[in-house]
Amino acid sequence: MLEARIRRRIGVLDLDVDLRVSSETVVVGGPNGSGKSTLLRLLLGVLRPDAGTISLDGRILFDGAIDLPPEDRRLGYLPQDYALFPHLDVQANVAFGLRGKDRRERASRWLERLGAAHLSARRISALSGGERQRVALARALVREPRALLLDEPFASLDPEARRDLRGSLREWLRTWRLPVLIVSHDVDDAGVADRIAVLEQGRIVQEGTAEQLRASPASPFVAGFARSQTR
Amino acid sequence: MKVRAWDAAQLGAVAVAASFLVLPVAALGLTLRWEDLLAGIRHPLLWPALRLSLRTSSTSLVLVVVPGSIVAWWVARHPGRLSRAVETILQLPAVVPPAAAGVGLLLAFGRRGLLGPWLERRGIELPFTTAAVVLAETFVSAPFFLQAATAAFRRIDENLLIVARTLGASPFRTFLELAIPLSAPSLVAGAAMSWARSLGEFGATVLFAGNLTGRTQTLPLAVYTAMESDLRAAQALALIMVTFAFALLLVLRRMIREAEHA
Repeated sequence: MLEARIRRRIGVLDLDVDLRVSSETVVVGGPNGSGKSTLLRLLLGVLRPDAGTISLDGRILFDGAIDLPPEDRRLGYLPQDYALFPHLDVQANVAFGLRGKDRRERASRWLERLGAAHLSARRISALSGGERQRVALARALVREPRALLLDEPFASLDPEARRDLRGSLREWLRTWRLPVLIVSHDVDDAGVADRIAVLEQGRIVQEGTAEQLRASPASPFVAGFARSQTR
Repeated sequence: MKVRAWDAAQLGAVAVAASFLVLPVAALGLTLRWEDLLAGIRHPLLWPALRLSLRTSSTSLVLVVVPGSIVAWWVARHPGRLSRAVETILQLPAVVPPAAAGVGLLLAFGRRGLLGPWLERRGIELPFTTAAVVLAETFVSAPFFLQAATAAFRRIDENLLIVARTLGASPFRTFLELAIPLSAPSLVAGAAMSWARSLGEFGATVLFAGNLTGRTQTLPLAVYTAMESDLRAAQALALIMVTFAFALLLVLRRMIREAEHA
């Protein structure tokens, strides 16, 4: 379980979030500037909270005295454009986070699991958007993270690929039963969520299943965000 | 301005600029007879100066590139008032006239300079030594590399660095395995400019290191010395220097192109 009770003020944004993600997929929706990316950076350890605690499966990642660096947090991260390393081929990308002589084989096994074994020797520039997502997912999962954070995972895809990948991502995430946090401003992304939390101006204004949010939306954005679940 | 007139103006400007920049370099080769070139190659000043130039400029290149990459990384990854101030200071040698740089180096590291007594107590004497040549070349050439490296490091997508950290890479490994290879073409280009500046350095060297054959007389200083007695010898030395620099430029441009298309 990923638990965060954190506060951070940056410029006009005053982020104050209390969030729990168990083995489920939580989509944090919110308009641009609501603090979604800041929240991810705080969880990842790139940005330091002003106050609060972050823990993962009971292990403290941050509490003021403790502030683990990103490499020790055991969080998998998929940024918006997947951030694959352009100077390495697919297999080397996936093996980047591994140590030991068998790192290449272990990387290959994960590529296979995600149906991307045939891409092993490809250059990153030769991959489609969907292939990039699979490779990025393999690269994050190969280190066996305890939770997965995804930033606008479909934003850089065309509408058709977006529809296909939402379906497959949902299945993959269900297979691994990891705590997964997806931040998105796209109402259609709510479709992959078990639970939705809506962030506006640095605060979670409402949280629950799509049905709960639809029944009594706290704001026009919530109403719009929850509605897409029905598709 | 009409389209045709504008096209003509552009072509005219390119023609004038290209001829002006090429003419002096071409004149070095076009007005030199074959036997003068041979005499230049056999000139007693050439080989000691060439050897010294290669030794000092490659040493200064290492001194610029290795710590310079780390400094540029720090400046690029720490946006703020302090790093902006540091960046301005690091660019200072690019605008300081070389003669002023020579005087400054003497007043900093000379026997009566700011650090003079401290260096003397440790038995280190810099002015008019080969080390002084290296210092002068490092001083004048560093900004070229630092500027290119800082700009390249700034262009790296921050998400790549964050992902690398979440994959277990320490900040140092992230720098070494991501930042350096991703910026390689710009780093090589910056290093080439920096090396070319070192090879051509004259003013600061002559004031801080003097003009002693085999010890502090680099190629540009040898050209100057030869000029005093024999213009043809100076011309031959200059031509050798230009050919060398041009070959370096071509090789590096090719390397950069290959790195960009790799």
